Amino acid sequence: MSVASDFSRNVEEGRCVLKFSGNLTILRVRKLSEQLNEIDADDLTVDLSDVDRMDTVGAWLVHKLQRDRGAKIVGANKEQKLLIEHVTQADQPMKVKREYESPLIRVLGQVGASAKIVFATLFGLLGFFGSLLISTLNIIRHPRRLRINAIAQQFEVVGVHALFIIGLMTFLVGIVIAQQGAVQLRQFGVEALTVNLVGRSAMKELGVLMTAIMVAGRSGSAFAAQIGSMKLSEEVDAMRTIGVSPMEALVFPRVAATVLLMPLLGFYAAIMVIIGGGIFCWLSLNIPPVTYVQSIRDAVPMTDLWQTLVKAPVFGMIIAMAGCYQGMQVQGNAEEVGLRTTTAVVQGIFLVIVLDAFFAVFFTAIGWT
Amino acid sequence: MARKDEPVIEVRGLKNSFGKQVVHEGLDIEVNRGEIFGVVGGSGTGKSVLMRSIIGLQVPDEGEVEVFGESMIGRDEEEAKHVRRRWGVLFQGGALFSTLTVAENIQVPIREYYPGIDQELQDEIAAYKISMSGLASDAGAKYPSELSGGMRKRAGIARALALDPELLFLDEPTAGLDPIGAAAFDQLILELRDALGLTVFLITHDLDTLYAICDRIAVIADRKVVAVGTIPELLALDHEWIQEYFRGPRGHAAANRVNEKAEV
Repeated sequence: MSVASDFSRNVEEGRCVLKFSGNLTILRVRKLSEQLNEIDADDLTVDLSDVDRMDTVGAWLVHKLQRDRGAKIVGANKEQKLLIEHVTQADQPMKVKREYESPLIRVLGQVGASAKIVFATLFGLLGFFGSLLISTLNIIRHPRRLRINAIAQQFEVVGVHALFIIGLMTFLVGIVIAQQGAVQLRQFGVEALTVNLVGRSAMKELGVLMTAIMVAGRSGSAFAAQIGSMKLSEEVDAMRTIGVSPMEALVFPRVAATVLLMPLLGFYAAIMVIIGGGIFCWLSLNIPPVTYVQSIRDAVPMTDLWQTLVKAPVFGMIIAMAGCYQGMQVQGNAEEVGLRTTTAVVQGIFLVIVLDAFFAVFFTAIGWT
Repeated sequence: MARKDEPVIEVRGLKNSFGKQVVHEGLDIEVNRGEIFGVVGGSGTGKSVLMRSIIGLQVPDEGEVEVFGESMIGRDEEEAKHVRRRWGVLFQGGALFSTLTVAENIQVPIREYYPGIDQELQDEIAAYKISMSGLASDAGAKYPSELSGGMRKRAGIARALALDPELLFLDEPTAGLDPIGAAAFDQLILELRDALGLTVFLITHDLDTLYAICDRIAVIADRKVVAVGTIPELLALDHEWIQEYFRGPRGHAAANRVNEKAEV
């Protein structure tokens, strides 16, 4: 054998001599390490005189024979001796594994940690809301600190750029609602009520909810990622040092833009649902557009529009706050940005739907049915 | 296999450009076996780009790059792998994989190139590499985000050494370290070179590092290497930037420190 490292076993003067030859490197250690474990003789002597090349892994194996089995090393040249010496020095008690935990304790720990996170987040969001209010008051007192440009830019990103996708999505939803509704209502012979179904559900719920989900996905996530990466690169800290409040410079424009735009987007979305439904009614149910618009006006009370206009800014606030809050919580590494972004979207949508349920009960109670 | 007397790295007529901006033109460099080769140059002279060209992360516009006597330009990935496992790279920030612990980071190259080595031996290898790099005994189980900047660099070295490379690339290894940490790091590089017979390609701004450990230094200016040599050789040259670099207040201070040490 030339390149491969191999070893022969001889018994000389009552000692078991292992004579290595060839290359004693990482390439060969897998086999060697197994073979060496099988040798159970005491009084080992390791002969390295025929070894061409040895790396630290080879040296480690030799060192282990020396350490665990009291092997004597002979025939090592200067470099090999030095290498073995270095590896020996490096052999300190080292921890390379995380502590083992039993699965039960781990699951319990995770449940506990999640519960803690839920409460900490609610508490944190409340605090965040408070400091947002304070900076709003500050801006009202010093109107010069209002960053019109930043808000206008957010208008464009959150609103104008979202028009196409929100419009297309809600238009399609309108068609689906009208089509599915018509199929059901036909069984009772009240196909014409499809108009009521589309109109009322669009104005009351669909428009604003679909918009909220889309804005959370588009903008809530963007807020978290933008602010998160600014936190990582210490831009937020730099801002604080210079005396600029990140709440006023980063969070307020985003929240303000989202709060102001959500009613507009929500109304636009509701109209697009109604248009989608109208197209279906015209083509499939033979209800001409003029009649459709007339029936919509009869069917949808003004209070439905008020509901959308009341809910939309609140949803916008929740989404923007969840995004900015999660962004501000980023610490450590880039992976955290991704995690926080996901959390921002999930939290935003979840809170919007929970609040929507409360709104539904509330509006029914005050007679806006 | 490269012969003993052949240069480990040989770069000839290298040209690199980004758009209209030409970074290197007609750049030549030779690094010999067993030396610690320093590369200096002002900011933006393309020191990191040179390193990236040699290790194949940046494809040069023109020129020839040979490592261990094998051409690295236009090689296919499988062939390049054989050369690649003979070198280790320490990036500026350590570039540790953030989702893995330090020990797992070190095991990544081992698993990639030598699958089938059992976990116990892998852990032992990781442990002594960590110890060799001068990290604390509990560092192996930590995630990179739990380490300080200096420790992250040491962990980066440990990963670069995972496969027992013959050649080590270091990109500003002492940047961002305190003087004590930087001096200890210089010492570590020197020790590892002597113990493992490494060739080291080192980019640095740190005059102390240059004085303390570099055998030869290449100066990059005007898109090419303007001088190569030991510090006394470079000081004898009449080049404005070199004179300013080594004769400036910081250069003096570093030289004095090294001389004092030599006297002690």
